[in-house]
Amino acid sequence: MMPAAICVISVSAFLQFFVLHCRSLLASCRNVELSAHVREVTGVATAVFAADDFYRLLQLVRLCPERRDDRSEILAVGTYFGFLGVLRRLARLSVPRVAAWAEQERRNCSYFAAVVLDRRISCSRALLTQQAAENI
Amino acid sequence: MMLGPVDYSVWLGSFLLEAFVVVYAFFRKEFVRYLTLNLYMLSAAVVTCGSYICIKTFGYVSASYFYYYYYTDSLLYVLMYFVLIQFYERIFVEMKVSRYFRVVATVLLAAIALFSYSVAHQIKGHLTQQFVVQLEQNLNFVGVVLVYVLWGAMLKMHETRTRLIQLVLALGVYYSATAGVYALQNLFPALPGHIFLWIPPIMGLWLPLAWAYTFTKVSEDARLAPARLQVRVR
Repeated sequence: MMPAAICVISVSAFLQFFVLHCRSLLASCRNVELSAHVREVTGVATAVFAADDFYRLLQLVRLCPERRDDRSEILAVGTYFGFLGVLRRLARLSVPRVAAWAEQERRNCSYFAAVVLDRRISCSRALLTQQAAENI
Repeated sequence: MMLGPVDYSVWLGSFLLEAFVVVYAFFRKEFVRYLTLNLYMLSAAVVTCGSYICIKTFGYVSASYFYYYYYTDSLLYVLMYFVLIQFYERIFVEMKVSRYFRVVATVLLAAIALFSYSVAHQIKGHLTQQFVVQLEQNLNFVGVVLVYVLWGAMLKMHETRTRLIQLVLALGVYYSATAGVYALQNLFPALPGHIFLWIPPIMGLWLPLAWAYTFTKVSEDARLAPARLQVRVR
């Protein structure tokens, strides 16, 4: 009986802590203003990204030169995005409010991916400028 | 039973990340500010090195490694309680109740040690797999409860330091995943062992990874309202 109770409490605590941790990663990007370059590259003119843009944005992120410092956050948010997708599918018919929340969170994940893309584009441009300056 | 390249990679990864957290804190002059956390990471790195030597000398399925693993793990739990106490002290710093926390934490630690000793005394001479699984499950579960109470206190006290928030949440993920796995192992001892063998090392990798990320990417001055992280389904 005791292990069963510990198991249930631990799993629910794990889900809660994992969601909160991922939301803290997303929250740090929420107030970042996106540059015109990233809007041009992604073709999204408005401030809102669709949830389904996430993987497309990640593909664009992977086309840019890799930065070692953002790999772990991409991995964590990617896992969170997958978890939200499963939750949305499960809740769509039975609990629509949960499905709507999951959809909103998935949009936040897409915005996070756009911020990461923006950082990588800025980094690549800085590198190019530096190289051009060295060649001159 | 032999360890494969993936096992060694996870192992090496955790050692490097643990060492990185300590070295980074040292060069950023933050070693003393997060003293218990850095001591924990340093000890975890030393224990990881010791595990490698122990396996090379005695073998993965030897009794020596079995005792080494669970005894050092217990010591790391004790250190982790000190990390938690420091987190509690930081949150309640303005209320000047650090002294009470130290007393409560010491009493709690002594109670856990006494309980563990009484159980171990009854079964001395045959430290079984079942017992250590149960002990690990209980220790981790106490950790889950302590982190949960700490998170509740952070919400109540409107704690806004992003670094502290992320450190605590990463610790919560670590404790709850580990406690859940040991509870599952205790519930279903006949289930294939590879699931149970994999998750603790992965969680051992998760904690230094999440903490390394927090120290490198989140500045000490960064602020975040924890209430905004709470899930509200309208």
